[in-house]
Amino acid sequence: MNPVKEANRSNTPVLEVAGLSKKFRVPAAGIGQKPRVVHAVSDVSFRLAAGTTLGIVGESGCGKSTTARLIMGLIAPDAGDVLIRGDVMGRSAKGLKRLRRQVQMVFQDSSASLNPRLTIESSIIFGPVVHGVKQSEARARAHHLLDLVGLDPNLYAGRYPHELSGGQRQRVNIARALVLDPSIIIFDEAVSALDKSIEAQVLNLLIDLKSEFDLSYIFISHDLNVVQYISDDVLVMYLGEVIERGSTDLIYQGAGHPYTSALLASMPSPDPERRTLVAPVSGDPPNPIDLPTGCRFHPRCADVSEICSRLQPRMTQAGVSRSIACHMADRKSGHPKAGALGK
Amino acid sequence: MTFVPPASPDIAVTFQSTGYWTGVMQRLKRDPVSIACLIILTLITLSAVFAPLIAPNDPSVGKVMLRLKPIGTEGYLLGGDELGRDMLTRLLYGGRLSLIMGVVPVVLALLIGGTLGVTAGFTGGFVSVIIMRTTDVFFAFPSVLLAVAIAGALGSGLGNTLLALTVVLIPPLVRVSESATTQVRSLDFVEAARASGAGSFSIIRVHILGNIMGPVLVYAFSLLSVSIIMAAGLSFIGLGAKPPTPEWGLMLNSLRGAIYSQPLIAAMPGVMIFIVSLSFNLLSDGLRSAMDVK
Repeated sequence: MNPVKEANRSNTPVLEVAGLSKKFRVPAAGIGQKPRVVHAVSDVSFRLAAGTTLGIVGESGCGKSTTARLIMGLIAPDAGDVLIRGDVMGRSAKGLKRLRRQVQMVFQDSSASLNPRLTIESSIIFGPVVHGVKQSEARARAHHLLDLVGLDPNLYAGRYPHELSGGQRQRVNIARALVLDPSIIIFDEAVSALDKSIEAQVLNLLIDLKSEFDLSYIFISHDLNVVQYISDDVLVMYLGEVIERGSTDLIYQGAGHPYTSALLASMPSPDPERRTLVAPVSGDPPNPIDLPTGCRFHPRCADVSEICSRLQPRMTQAGVSRSIACHMADRKSGHPKAGALGK
Repeated sequence: MTFVPPASPDIAVTFQSTGYWTGVMQRLKRDPVSIACLIILTLITLSAVFAPLIAPNDPSVGKVMLRLKPIGTEGYLLGGDELGRDMLTRLLYGGRLSLIMGVVPVVLALLIGGTLGVTAGFTGGFVSVIIMRTTDVFFAFPSVLLAVAIAGALGSGLGNTLLALTVVLIPPLVRVSESATTQVRSLDFVEAARASGAGSFSIIRVHILGNIMGPVLVYAFSLLSVSIIMAAGLSFIGLGAKPPTPEWGLMLNSLRGAIYSQPLIAAMPGVMIFIVSLSFNLLSDGLRSAMDVK
């Protein structure tokens, strides 16, 4: 439906994120103390191929949502670029407006992300009207989209958010994200708050919409089952860094970064034979204010070696469609188990 | 975590839900106190507006023979004041000024204070610091004292009284609208609006104002009674209306000598001030609870 989208279905990734970093300054705790710095996101880079879904997984506080907000330009990055089809978007008001026509976002809290004083219809048409679309046109499009996400516009367009269920509200949020005809939608824990049955319905809706509107998704979740179901590629984050990325199949096979393995081991399984006997990883993630030296995961890693606390591992290609940031993936790193990963 | 209800098969057939304000009015209608206050205020306002038509006498012409006559005197239904003028007429006319002095400063302060508060709350950072710390300076003075000081410095007269009251009422309105804006600004729907590429102006107009309107309006409403009492107070100490203008505060002052001979007449302007400000207060209370329901 969008000729630009068709024309660009080539090798250029629809979205490229290069070296995105963000530090938050925390005011000094007391007199004479230095202001501290939270390293929320450090040097995150990835590509999103057109028509695919990229899952981002990681524990709470690992920078998943900050990454999403950095991509949307809702917070300004300290460093790094966001490229859409090879085109740097920049930080000017004009660049941001251009970016926001291309990228839309669905938030976790379905009720907080809808204005309680506006009807469903008014909430949806706000974006297009701001972009200069005529009210009547926007309304027609809103009704069409409501129908597509499974809400009868005759019944729901005039309602207020509190009159809808969580699943219905999230459908409205999806319709609102679609109304500007974006190429990319970021889902920030968008289904995490829903019931399992509703979650499945919404996920299937997302898959249908993706092919219908020729979309690419970034799907942020801590639910590994959901990510496995919906993603083509996966990005694993730990303490603001990407520690592994690759195709979903490869990553879910295991034998990757020790942290990824721990995450996978903690995945609940419907099979009663497959029990998690040993806690896959112990302790809490370290404070993002005082980061560990070297590899950020080394204080919790089972395979820690002397080099891990000294040297930060680089992203190493491990197989055709997978990279791991671990000394064990790098044959020449000097780690006792060097070269053991990524087989 | 918020509780998310499971989707149920919808059997509702409502096509257009009732709006928020319609609901507020419906709830307000069910509150007898609010309705009574609304009726009283409407009557007083109408009688003040149409005072020239319904007043039986001239408010500034007195008859020496009728000085401080008691309630029920022939021709002077509510008696006569210290200069022999008709109390009823003067009370009706006095309502005009007192109501104006109550409403106008609040409306002006709402416009100015609301704009400053929303700007501070939405922009944050340096702008917010400047605006909020400046209002803090005004909070250092008791409001009545500040009004007296401003009116005293500018000299008596109605314009100056209005100005003094407006200045005094701005800081609390800045504070209330700033805190309401800060709360709304951090909600996801504002972020979603920004993500759709909207500018600050349209976000404020569509998403902020609608959500802060309720609490800010209720607060402004409760300031009406404060404003009326302060205006009367300024007139009482000679900083507001000048004689022979009929104004409740001023009448209270000029009748104060008659407090022993004709206490009922001397108290009448005070009773009017009391009724009006109490009605505004109770009505704003009713409005608050009518708006409280989600």
